Amino acid sequence: MNFIRRTMFTAAVTLAASAAAVAADYPGKALDYIIPFGPGGESDITARLQQPFFKEKFGQDLVVSYKPGGGGAVGWAELNRLTGDGYTIMGVNLPHIVLQPAQKDVGYKTDELAVAYWFHYTPDAIVVSADSPFKTLADLTKFAKDNPGKLVFSGSGKGSANHLAQVRFDKLAGIKSTYVAFKGTGASNTALLGGQVNAAWGYTTSGTALGDKARVLAVAMEKRHPKFPDVPTFKELGIDLVSGAYRGIAVPKSTPDEIRNKLSEMIGKINADAEFQKKMIDGGFAMVDVPADKNADFLKAKSQEFIEAAKEGGILK
Amino acid sequence: MLQSLAAALTPVNLVLALLGVAAGTAIGAIPGLTATMAVAVLVPLTFTMPPENALILMGAIYTGAIYGGAYAAILLNTPGTPSAIATTLDGFPMAKRGDGDLAMTIACLASVAGGIVGALALLTLAPPLSKVALSFGPAEYFWLAIFGLSLIAALSEGSLLKGLAGGAFGLLVSCVGVAEISADVRLTFGSHTLISGINVVAALIGLFCIPVLIDLVSTPERHLKIETEQRGFRLGEAFAHVWREKLTLIRSSMIGTIVGILPGAGGSVAGLVAYSEARRTAKPGQSFGKGEPAGVIASESSNNATVGGGFIPTLVLGIPGTPPDAVILGALLVQGLRTGPSLFTEKATIVYTFIWGLMFATILMLPVGLLLGRYAYKSIVAMPKAILVPAVAFMTIIGTYAINNNVSDVVIMIVLGVIGWVLGRFGYLASPIVLGLILGPIAEQGFVQAWTIGVAREDLFGMFFGRPISLGIILFTLFSLFSPILIEKWKRRSALNER
Repeated sequence: MNFIRRTMFTAAVTLAASAAAVAADYPGKALDYIIPFGPGGESDITARLQQPFFKEKFGQDLVVSYKPGGGGAVGWAELNRLTGDGYTIMGVNLPHIVLQPAQKDVGYKTDELAVAYWFHYTPDAIVVSADSPFKTLADLTKFAKDNPGKLVFSGSGKGSANHLAQVRFDKLAGIKSTYVAFKGTGASNTALLGGQVNAAWGYTTSGTALGDKARVLAVAMEKRHPKFPDVPTFKELGIDLVSGAYRGIAVPKSTPDEIRNKLSEMIGKINADAEFQKKMIDGGFAMVDVPADKNADFLKAKSQEFIEAAKEGGILK
Repeated sequence: MLQSLAAALTPVNLVLALLGVAAGTAIGAIPGLTATMAVAVLVPLTFTMPPENALILMGAIYTGAIYGGAYAAILLNTPGTPSAIATTLDGFPMAKRGDGDLAMTIACLASVAGGIVGALALLTLAPPLSKVALSFGPAEYFWLAIFGLSLIAALSEGSLLKGLAGGAFGLLVSCVGVAEISADVRLTFGSHTLISGINVVAALIGLFCIPVLIDLVSTPERHLKIETEQRGFRLGEAFAHVWREKLTLIRSSMIGTIVGILPGAGGSVAGLVAYSEARRTAKPGQSFGKGEPAGVIASESSNNATVGGGFIPTLVLGIPGTPPDAVILGALLVQGLRTGPSLFTEKATIVYTFIWGLMFATILMLPVGLLLGRYAYKSIVAMPKAILVPAVAFMTIIGTYAINNNVSDVVIMIVLGVIGWVLGRFGYLASPIVLGLILGPIAEQGFVQAWTIGVAREDLFGMFFGRPISLGIILFTLFSLFSPILIEKWKRRSALNER
């Protein structure tokens, strides 16, 4: 008995010691950063923005690769089967990882994903084309109240952050609008500029991408976006809507906590870099800082919000 | 503009253009490795470069990859990239009868010409032409896809009914997985593998290449007819063919440019539309589908024209015209370069240097393409079957895996390949199936979106039948479907009257 206890104790100590040693050397080689989407999207772009800073600060390469399929589900279903040594990391997205498992069996569960850090989000925003008669959010809601159902929004995807924002905004503003899902932000923006729809539920990034061709009416942030100092937040206009698509980095579940925390710290350091922040904000992104130890609370709050809106919008039963 | 011309002519830019085109051609020639992937791999390299160098390198590799797709199409009956689907229809029959070298040279000439037309449109008309991208709404994409499906009539060799059945099968296969718009999960039979649907590139490799491999193993003949004497590039002969088909060349290049501008379409649609247009306007004596050089000219000129066309909405509107453009747009963002109309005024030097660079890369494709094409042709022709079959089989598996780094794509590819081979024995061709697979999602998305907007605005009829461009596409579809029948009837009647 004594012997067993002693062995177990030694084993535990060695394990802890070796984990600490591994964490001290981490990262000792290049990291494989898997994006569960195709190249060219926001997840890819922000990973690319992190790349040079990672190399500069920690001396190792972040090698971006893609594993697209099923709106990210293919990658996330495989994540926990990958080697948990901290050298394989994967992008994670909200509301995807909450809604997909709630809708159907996709091969993973939300709380099985070990998130190391949520590092930014693209806030939802209502965007109209530059020649639109809607100058303010009030113009838009007035039109919707006078013509129930006839205000048509384009947006990226069904059950996406854009879609959930539309559902919540309709409820908060007391209007009824129509949401048309498009394949990605690019297609949604094309429909907006082409006058196929009245307005778009897009992200602040669409505002920067479209430049003077479009006008942002309001952003779903706590404070105004530095890139759009003249655009009010929904909150300022009396609508309590702060939402968007959040992006983070997860590791396989088998990754030791020491390494996950170290990675979390590292991503946090990149996030704190002024030059990185400037690049992100210039692109229309907004920073958040949710390290590994705060993930559980953050996910819980967000899940509640997203699931409620999804039920409201008939996306979930 | 002249200043940027000089800037594009610096040794660094020319070397980048040359390297890009050569690497792109090699990548595009391997089925499974697409232009999007070629550009994506390059992105980290471009971070350290000034924006114009980075753009030229990415543009060169992109246009090279679109051209390289023709190699596998002609020599292995397998489109190296989806853009080269229509090239297989006449390119492979040419290679079969011993004219593979001629087909390769024609493909090179046509690609260069198409690429130049697209780049010229980008150079001179980008801001006005970008409006084309915006004039296409959901209803237009729906009708465009329907028009595309009507091409099955032109593509079915022999039986129209079998062509339609193949197209329907392709549409059904395109429904597998999470639906793009409604997010419904369809036809997965509870399998996680099928959630992401059937990848078009995997299907292309399976449906086109596996039957060729099975036939190679099951028949004693050589893969391609071997040439008896040294014929070189057959450049004079190829040039004569292209010159005779200059109208086809110009029309196809214009189709390619316009389709490239449309964000919802791409090189594969451009190639198929241009091909069927060439076929519709065939001169007597031309036998499309049996090794007609005009078929290769139409497909290859139009798909390379989509490169320049696709950059138009990308640079002017910040809306990617084609999937590789999306990657390039992302790389520009990392570089801190904003796209949009102001790009052409504020950053005019960068933009015009890039456009000239793309032009030179396209011109450099001529010597590079001729040399690489010659080498590829010689190695495939000279290779004994015992080496060719395992080499190609290995390549298809690696290529399919590389699409999404996913083994299940390989399984899907092989299963579809066997299905394709069996169907082929009964006279069902691969091209209508692939057409259904590519156009199915475009038609579905367009229909659902147009329907939703039409219902919201209480004008469903007007949504589908009241828009000028939609009406134009509908009329054109009817015309191309029924004109052969009407002309036939009219001919018979006038023959009767003469009697």
